[in-house]
Amino acid sequence: MRNALSLLFVAGLAFLLFVIAAELDFGAAPMLVGEGINQASPGQVGAANIVTSVVLGYRAVDTLGELAILFAAATAGGLMLGRPRADARHDPEAGFILLAAADLLFPLLLVVGLFIIVHGHLTPGGGFQGGVILAAAFFLPLLARPGTHFNHAGFAVVEGLAGAAFIVIGLLGLARGGEFLMPLLGRGEMGSLLSAGSLPLLYIAVGLKVGTELAGLMAHIAEYEAVDR
Amino acid sequence: MTPPDLGIILYTAAFALAGIGILGIVISTHLVRIVLSIVLLETGANLLLMLSGFRFDAVAPVIVDGNLPASMVDPVPQALVLTAIVIGVAVQAFMMTLVLRLRRVYGTLDIRELRELLERDLAHEAGIRLPSSEDAPVPSDGSPAVAREGGA
Repeated sequence: MRNALSLLFVAGLAFLLFVIAAELDFGAAPMLVGEGINQASPGQVGAANIVTSVVLGYRAVDTLGELAILFAAATAGGLMLGRPRADARHDPEAGFILLAAADLLFPLLLVVGLFIIVHGHLTPGGGFQGGVILAAAFFLPLLARPGTHFNHAGFAVVEGLAGAAFIVIGLLGLARGGEFLMPLLGRGEMGSLLSAGSLPLLYIAVGLKVGTELAGLMAHIAEYEAVDR
Repeated sequence: MTPPDLGIILYTAAFALAGIGILGIVISTHLVRIVLSIVLLETGANLLLMLSGFRFDAVAPVIVDGNLPASMVDPVPQALVLTAIVIGVAVQAFMMTLVLRLRRVYGTLDIRELRELLERDLAHEAGIRLPSSEDAPVPSDGSPAVAREGGA
């Protein structure tokens, strides 16, 4: 009975939303700001990837807020799970296939992740996507060899430095350009690696922060001692 | 029969994902299933945001070789979704830490059992009796239901 009522409620909700959506003109974006940014950002920010100029240029303060959410989630996860005891039980080492794949994939994932972070202002990708790939690279050895020590302190240092670098670049923008997180260093030639001012630096900070934070959070989960009840 | 409009297909997919997510949250009794339902709901919401920036005959907002394309999709929803996905992953990981913690402490992930256990522990910590109705059925040994539950 309860399930049938829930089904009815969700079907009604979806129908209402669908009726509202059907009123909209599909394919014609209702917001004008996107069109304006598409026209203005190549001259103002100079990043070939316009999404990057939105994330780190026009909405950079929002991105800082999102990094704060990420930080809060990772910190709360670490606080909830704590550190494992020295004699904590852990899963046995993985089989040959996972061990070999982990050794093979670790450098590959590292290179791909850093490439995506560094080219965030030129091609689709950037600090968030590359950071998740970096996190996967650091988490993979822990999956293959569950007993190995994960250097939480070192990751925390990198994470703190990356977060601080983001804010420092923002403050430099405030001092030099008059606005917090204002792009610095000139636009450069569009499409070259050293272009779009301080945006690549910001994305490197974001990538390192996302990578170390997610890797630390996943390591906390993986190290948590299993219980049989 | 004419093929359905592209917009209708995509909106249906987005609302179906969100609807399945809401339905899962409402009717599941297992915490991991609820977490997975939240993931589905997020996916539907992200797809809906992406659709709001869609334009016909438009390319992704990336400039190749310095040529500004004639028409590009709206970059603002893309930037929103880009960050929302990563934030979603972090929040999902945090939800899983809470689930792990509950499993360790109470040994169950069924929300009905968890609710009873949590209420019992909260009442015990606060030094109060469990809330109960005057009209609750009297157990067979004759003691009032409230006193029995409070003392347990």
